[in-house]
Amino acid sequence: MTLASLLRAGLAALLLTATFASPGGAQERSVRMLSTTSTENSGLLSYLLPIFESKTGIRVHVVAVGTGQALRGARNGDADVLMVHDKASELKLIADGHGIERREVMYNDFVIVGPRDDPAKIGGTNDAISALQMIKKSGAVFVSRGDDSGTHKAERRLWRAAGIEPEGRSDPWYREAGSGMGATLNIAAGMNAYTLTDRGTWLSFRNRRDLEILVEGDPPLFNQYGIMLVNPAKHPHVKAKEARALIDWITSPEGQRAIGKFTVEGRVLFIPNFRAKGGS
Amino acid sequence: MSEIWSALGKAMVLIADFDPDLVEIIGLSLRVSLTAVLIAAVIGLPVGAAVALFRFPGRPVLVVLINALMGLPPVVVGLIVYLLLSRAGPFGVFNLLYSPTAMIIAQAILIGPIVAALTRQTVEDLWQEYGEQLTSFGVGPGRAVWTLLWDGRFSLLTGVLAGFGRASAEVGAVMIVGGNIDHLTRVMTTSIALETSKGNLEIALALGIILLIIALGINASAYAIRDVAYRTES
Repeated sequence: MTLASLLRAGLAALLLTATFASPGGAQERSVRMLSTTSTENSGLLSYLLPIFESKTGIRVHVVAVGTGQALRGARNGDADVLMVHDKASELKLIADGHGIERREVMYNDFVIVGPRDDPAKIGGTNDAISALQMIKKSGAVFVSRGDDSGTHKAERRLWRAAGIEPEGRSDPWYREAGSGMGATLNIAAGMNAYTLTDRGTWLSFRNRRDLEILVEGDPPLFNQYGIMLVNPAKHPHVKAKEARALIDWITSPEGQRAIGKFTVEGRVLFIPNFRAKGGS
Repeated sequence: MSEIWSALGKAMVLIADFDPDLVEIIGLSLRVSLTAVLIAAVIGLPVGAAVALFRFPGRPVLVVLINALMGLPPVVVGLIVYLLLSRAGPFGVFNLLYSPTAMIIAQAILIGPIVAALTRQTVEDLWQEYGEQLTSFGVGPGRAVWTLLWDGRFSLLTGVLAGFGRASAEVGAVMIVGGNIDHLTRVMTTSIALETSKGNLEIALALGIILLIIALGINASAYAIRDVAYRTES
């Protein structure tokens, strides 16, 4: 008797979920994009996507996560489009057959921020690599994303170029936050520490306290974004048609112009740089 | 300290404005968490009562397991549900990941053990008190399940409310399986996490205050219902 009532309860629960959870209204055309926190937090996507949506009637559902998690999601086929900024991993994804038709969309840049009193005296240097060497020498605290994101990987590349391989375990001045960009900035602001951030997140970040930009404009700090389709041959449920419409629009002259027009505090954040044959 | 006051002011402004985005977010939060509580109660109450009243091999293990599952970190539940619902996972064909349904499933798993564990304790205590009496009337454990659930309904309500509290407060699970998609899976707690990561600490705190007000409202109405029920009975 108890088993039967349990079964009945389970069935009722399932039915309830179905009625409660089914999205109301007609089935709208939509596409799911895995992207990074930097594009979402800066406000670029909430400015850009409504233009595309009103033009095509295709809703874009953005899941903003770290690049590592986004790549993993694409591998699992949990989205239709992927837009991230770690070229090496993107090319690996394509080599493994999970992504196709990659196009370069735009770039933004990283900046090194730190406390106003600047104990490592890096303010005024235009050289990101030597700035990192000076931070290490001064013993001032540097907060790393430590989350395997695109920004974290870029930061590790810069350290390697500086000839330093800091480890959280053996280098007490190097703290791995293991968090998103905003959370890492909150930590750096709280500790009065240095960190590497993309300019977009920085400009729209509202809890800077004593932090300010100390190093910017150095070419190694440039950060390329790529967009690609999750391979429908491998993941048959991918909405290839809608996804291609999105990719085509973002790389169209109109989409590119819109990216270039997006500003925060009067500054252009993302520089469109799609070239028809630049994709791979 | 001044930040907290200004957050309080902002919360009042947000409520007074009746911002449609905020209303949508609150609505989804309530829909997800209340549905999850309903499912957890429908499964957890009979399971808890059955574990309290029946003697079967492996029962102590089950009791310990249910109690331990109360402490499941939301992020772990989120991860498990993510792996199950992902296209690469066993239930991928249903296309449930990044939907409110996925969030309901995760929260129901999260709070089911709380409801079951608290039910088991309540019903076991009631059985100790009335068990002999019930047996002398010829009521076996099978029928006693429902009698005691009904008898203990006021205490059980607290367990269900505890489950609702955990569901509406957690962020780890819904963030992973819902994806915090604007106008689709964004709820109060994921909004708070998002605003915090943008450094909008006052807005984040204002949302937190609104969440607290909602929790107060729900608990107050539960208390009122209970009070009325008590009085009509006596």
